[in-house]
Amino acid sequence: MIDTAELLKIFNRHRGDAIVVPGRGGRHWVNISGKPDLDVPLGDPAMGGHASFALGLAMALPHRKIVLFDSEGDIMMGMGVLATIAEQKPANFYHFMLDNECYATTGGQPVPNAKAVKYDALAKGAGYPDAYAFDNLETFETNVERILSKPGPVFVALKVNPEVNNTPIGQRKKWLKRSALQSIEALRREIGIAT
Amino acid sequence: MTETSNAHLSPETFVAEFKKHGVSHVVWLPDSETNFLYVLMKAEPSLTLVAVSREGLAFSTAAGLYAGGKTPVILIQNTGMMESGDSMRGWGMGLKIPVVMMVGYRGYTRHGVNTDTAATYTERFLNAFGINYYLVESDADADRISVAFEEAKRTQRPVAVLVGDEYHGFTTKP
Repeated sequence: MIDTAELLKIFNRHRGDAIVVPGRGGRHWVNISGKPDLDVPLGDPAMGGHASFALGLAMALPHRKIVLFDSEGDIMMGMGVLATIAEQKPANFYHFMLDNECYATTGGQPVPNAKAVKYDALAKGAGYPDAYAFDNLETFETNVERILSKPGPVFVALKVNPEVNNTPIGQRKKWLKRSALQSIEALRREIGIAT
Repeated sequence: MTETSNAHLSPETFVAEFKKHGVSHVVWLPDSETNFLYVLMKAEPSLTLVAVSREGLAFSTAAGLYAGGKTPVILIQNTGMMESGDSMRGWGMGLKIPVVMMVGYRGYTRHGVNTDTAATYTERFLNAFGINYYLVESDADADRISVAFEEAKRTQRPVAVLVGDEYHGFTTKP
């Protein structure tokens, strides 16, 4: 199992000027990233949609590298997105998936067939040309630069430690430093899109 | 609705409206009777088709495309739209995505009594979310599509176009 914050710190060394949709890694990423205007932390607009949002970004901005930190719970809610991504073949899209085997924000209940699902195999079966799976930080660190230098779409399943939260939603500490809308507006300004 | 030479809905009308409003991507899931439109869209070089597997994913895809500077349109059926409520709320309305959704109005009938619950709940569903909509039954209603695009842009919200020719399907121009 991998510590998500440590994983993101390693990724950050190889980020370059990629646009990052940090997804379920957002609570850590907002404190690690040095390029907040190229980040799109959205919180949770509606579960299951991060991959297709990032796909849309990748298709709209084919000359920018788009990196997503998805989750297995999100993928489970809309697994067909893997086929859509594979069909569109965005060469600039890097699909990392944080798999903690549970719904951590609702108390840690397991996702369906939590320990047995091979998400890299699902991605390959859906048509991704390349898919990987790592369950330790050292292997990830060894491979991440090479993965990011390959043409996308690339899928990387990562076994991470669950960070279970049982606090009622209304009492949780807010981690977003700006709203999802503000992040999108900042990105559009940064890359020269009129808002 | 009078029976005139315009009393049919042609796929050319939709594609012309898409081009007029600068649509770059059609995020869609096929519904019944839209194959003529599919063939036309596929042949139109200014449009990129993005096929999704569940309608809710259309809203997040459209949000990403818009965030990246493109102009998507969503093409789905009313049944799928109702399945997509939370995605429409979070990815469409929550992120203020000015997207027009063309919604096949399955079950809609101007005559007699509706017997399809898909039609029964379509407008109630949109009203519950406060999403404005325009009914299009024939080419004579094409200006309503323009109104929808302009309203979405002005209000930064999703706006629906209900395609009320669902049971007859798109027809080619005579």
